[in-house]
Amino acid sequence: MSYITGVGLTSYGKHEGSSSLDLMSQAAALALADAGLARGEIDGILCGYSTVSPHIMLATVFAEHFGIQPSYAHAVQVGGATGLAMTMLAHTLVEAGMARHVLVVAGENRLTGQSRDASIQALAQVGHPDYEVPLGPTIPAYYGLVASRYMHEYGVTPEDLAEFAVLMRRHALKHPGAQFHEPITVADVMASKPVALPLKLLDCCPVSDGGAAFVVSREPTNAARVRIRGCAQAHTHQHVTAAPALNKLGAEIAIAKLKAATGIAISDVRYAAVYDSFTITLAMLLEDLGLAARGEAASRVRSGYFSPDGEMPLNTHGGLLSYGHCGVGGAMAHLVETHLQMTGRAGDRQVRDASLALLHGDGGVLSSHVSMFLERV
Amino acid sequence: MARLADWTTGEAAIVYQSCAACGATQYFRRGFCASCGATDLREFRASGEGTVYATSLVCRAATPETKAHVPYNIVLVDANEGFRLMAHGDNDLAIGDRVTVRFVQFAGRLVPCFAKASQPDKRER
Repeated sequence: MSYITGVGLTSYGKHEGSSSLDLMSQAAALALADAGLARGEIDGILCGYSTVSPHIMLATVFAEHFGIQPSYAHAVQVGGATGLAMTMLAHTLVEAGMARHVLVVAGENRLTGQSRDASIQALAQVGHPDYEVPLGPTIPAYYGLVASRYMHEYGVTPEDLAEFAVLMRRHALKHPGAQFHEPITVADVMASKPVALPLKLLDCCPVSDGGAAFVVSREPTNAARVRIRGCAQAHTHQHVTAAPALNKLGAEIAIAKLKAATGIAISDVRYAAVYDSFTITLAMLLEDLGLAARGEAASRVRSGYFSPDGEMPLNTHGGLLSYGHCGVGGAMAHLVETHLQMTGRAGDRQVRDASLALLHGDGGVLSSHVSMFLERV
Repeated sequence: MARLADWTTGEAAIVYQSCAACGATQYFRRGFCASCGATDLREFRASGEGTVYATSLVCRAATPETKAHVPYNIVLVDANEGFRLMAHGDNDLAIGDRVTVRFVQFAGRLVPCFAKASQPDKRER
């Protein structure tokens, strides 16, 4: 058994002059304060990576910088799935008795620390170095390929995808830490600049600076009682060229394993936190996870199903699409927001009931998947 | 194992591997079969014909070399020989189109570029 005892999140957007270590430290300090723990009580550290400041031993670089001498520490790299993969590992370490309090942390000055071109170029390297990268694809192009096929097979339209961008922006408007504060419409998304068709600028998450952290503990340290109920992964491929058919992707495999392991059904879930690097990512994952029928996620957005007062509140902080995406920390913001919702601390974003949450992360090009249930006890 | 040159090394060809033990085909070159692990692989030049599986028109590129080419169409093609590859394609390609390859210069490299099989387009970009 393990509990998420504290969470920390910076605002996302521009943090001029902050390094990756600065942003990690800010988020970590917030998480420790939230858990009511001193640095000396942390005996495990898991951290993500920074494309701005790559290092072969980032966890110990951070531990030294932050002032911790843990008995367990290393970095984890699974692309966008890293945050939830680290949470799953922290849960496993705590359950195995290897650590009492594991600090999970990531942060990156991805927006101001390098040019946007450099970020796009760095991320494109998830492609095959010989058979894909020389063709000049970008991350939006990899997902654009998937989008074109998904739209073809299931009759999803560009206007359908735009609904997800509008929803995430509407949610972000209520979070002062979000990168974007201007409302957008479906027409705005449709009129935004083409990036990698069918994906347009507002179908894509931004590049951000930011940091996020949480503490996974064996026992509660305060009034928060958020338990990790179960986790599951699936990894079907790395490169989009080698991806399986759309109905055999890892999200479906991971959620099936998670449901079988926990006995929890999708109908039990009250809050959803789902990876949304692009509008197509969110549409596909919602349908793969069973939160909407095939091709029908957009109509559920239109009917208010995923709104804060709807049946399945989704990414109420604005997600990667509008809170922002600073790399590994990006999807960790989903977990921080989930924790705030589950502990009744989400302010005017607070939903009625977030007692059981489903979280899902995706890395690469729908390559690596982590599904997780959190339960308030 | 005889190693055939292909576009990744500057030759105007698409090459794939076929496993003598289990019959699987694979596109990313390896010294073994990714399906069964056998090392008895044969290499073949593909016909360059196939069917479009997916497309994405890149309008925002990230390097000076690739920016000079926008917009360019990235496509996934299911080759007749049973493997999938990423390539360039004419901008008018749609999913399901039958296509034939030619080779064009892109950002200082020779890359495969597909056109509709019924209306072959031999223009170089």
